[in-house]
Amino acid sequence: MPAPAAPAAPARNPAPAAPGPASGIRFDGVSVSYGRHGEHTVLDALDLTVAPGEVLALLGPSGSGKTTALRTVAGFVQPSAGRVLIGDRDVTGLPPHRRGIGMVVQQYALFPHMKVADNVAFGLRARKTPRAEIPGRVAEALEMTGMAAYAGRHPRELSGGQQQRVALARALAIRPGVLLLDEPLSALDAQLRSGMLAELARLHRELPGVSILYVTHDQIEALTLADRIAVLDRARLRDCGTPQDLYRRPRTEFTASFVGTANLLPVTVRADRDGVDFAGRRLAVPVGDGTAGGAAATLCVRPHLVGLGARPPGGGPANTLRGTVTEVQWRGSTHRLYVAVDGHRVLADPRELRTTPALGEEIALHFAPEDAVLIPAGLTEDGAGHA
Amino acid sequence: MVAAGAETPAAASPRRPRPRRVAAALWSLPPIAALALVFLYPLALVVWQSVSPEDGGHSTAPYTAVFAEASFREALTNTVLLAAGATAGALLLGLALSLVIAFVPFPGGRALSRFIDLFLAFPSFLITLALLFLYGSAGLANGLWTDVTGAAHGPLDFLHTPWGVLLAEVTYFTPFVMRPLLAAFSQVETGQLEAAASLGARPWRIVRTVILPEALPSLAAGGALVLVLCLNEFGIVLFTGAKDVVTLPMLVYTKALLDGDYTGACVVAVVNITLSVTLYALYRTVMSRTGGGPAFRTGGAHRAGA
Repeated sequence: MPAPAAPAAPARNPAPAAPGPASGIRFDGVSVSYGRHGEHTVLDALDLTVAPGEVLALLGPSGSGKTTALRTVAGFVQPSAGRVLIGDRDVTGLPPHRRGIGMVVQQYALFPHMKVADNVAFGLRARKTPRAEIPGRVAEALEMTGMAAYAGRHPRELSGGQQQRVALARALAIRPGVLLLDEPLSALDAQLRSGMLAELARLHRELPGVSILYVTHDQIEALTLADRIAVLDRARLRDCGTPQDLYRRPRTEFTASFVGTANLLPVTVRADRDGVDFAGRRLAVPVGDGTAGGAAATLCVRPHLVGLGARPPGGGPANTLRGTVTEVQWRGSTHRLYVAVDGHRVLADPRELRTTPALGEEIALHFAPEDAVLIPAGLTEDGAGHA
Repeated sequence: MVAAGAETPAAASPRRPRPRRVAAALWSLPPIAALALVFLYPLALVVWQSVSPEDGGHSTAPYTAVFAEASFREALTNTVLLAAGATAGALLLGLALSLVIAFVPFPGGRALSRFIDLFLAFPSFLITLALLFLYGSAGLANGLWTDVTGAAHGPLDFLHTPWGVLLAEVTYFTPFVMRPLLAAFSQVETGQLEAAASLGARPWRIVRTVILPEALPSLAAGGALVLVLCLNEFGIVLFTGAKDVVTLPMLVYTKALLDGDYTGACVVAVVNITLSVTLYALYRTVMSRTGGGPAFRTGGAHRAGA
């Protein structure tokens, strides 16, 4: 599949020209407020950069401001403060049709009265692409999304997954430098979603120059697709980093609990900074340079890194916790155990057990020191400054 | 091979059981009887009277006589031209106003939309009276002019001309176009408009290529309704006092009440009804072949009246 060339500069209508494949996005202190006096802030001073060719996922719960952030790039929401740049161009005051972006939304938004080919050609016609060039570009976009055989159909004759592919083809046909995806898989069932995730990953490999801003509340989508993830909560950016970084070394409690599942235990850093104290027992965990002795902190351990028994089967250093089983869930390839340890809930996800512990049974759990992450108390409430 | 008469259960299942069909037929009898009594019977009387010359017997002679009258031909021309003009004006104005109300947020837009509903309930003569108060020879506009300039007469003197009737009909019937259009516009997904804008479409292109095709059936329905109503409009023409603007309904009134020519009045009435029904049938045919086609049906109920 050929990589997209720079958009053909339409001589008659230069205004909506795409900014080029190596565009990237920059949020420069972008705030969005509503209300007569701007009292409802839905996005608070967002500073964030999407590098050219990068996939950045905006991850957060409902109402976190992630869709608002995307819509400021598209031009459908006007920031009350700050600037949005696409490439080097400040697009804050530009109307949507002059921004040169591709956008795909949750509900496909295909034009029902147009056939698939006309839907895909819509952006090309709107941008005054030479007539002779349009069929080839439409065919290329449909080929790219595996929808070439459906060019003559109406959207209502397609399944949800096929409609979303057409929406993607329509956005890609204009060869945008920036692609905005707003919960594009949310309307699909789990199986289709998984297939589309693989398709999106393939498309990104084929279009390495396109910067993608991907809004989702689904951590799997973010972890699978994104080069980096920006975590938003309550209108603010809480954390930003590579998926591996956020998953293995979360810097805030919110990130730890929203990106994957986490055991979050309140601990105190020992005075000699040689581990932490949890409920009267010492746990060996690496204490970072920025954490003072005696400081309160949160210990984060992923459930799949918590093993059964006081020690790992192969030996080696480990922290041991003892508690009472309160719930056992079978999850196919794993079991999930809920264990009460000194009044704190600890989750463990061992591989499927041949014999499961009984409810109320006293068991021992262990985790390796290097599998635990210490989140300093200063970052547990608001990690925006570190994102 | 299946023997004759050995109908399989699968083949028989789509047929409705006989008792249910009988019950359905019984249910339909009362409305059909009521319709026949209040509509079809009077209509039949009108048609019967139109082929009953006053000198006795039954023939098409009254039709020949009426068709030969210059006043009838003039009324027919006036009716068609006024209806076509008023429909075109109402469509253009209604479309423009509906687009603004639906897609250009402004304070009071919702209240204006509610007012459209209220406007539909007004009688047509009321609008004509209002126009008379505004633009009539002794109306506000002319009064203001004579007060300011000291002239004996104001410059506005058009309400009793065909243009006055046209203005009144466009004013009165525009909301009849707007109501279905506003309903159709409210169904257009915001996502589609945003997708179109992000793909580089300017507002007018979005209106032309996204909004209008989806609202076309509603536009056609509003236009057809206005056309038929204009063909039969009586109150507006009467209240403007336009003596030279004789339309078919006015001719019916003149012949029946002023000339006492009931047969002639019935002939004109039958022509008027035929014109309306023919145009309505034409509208339904065109809609079923174009705008009302499957491309536009996105899941609505296909019930009678839908």
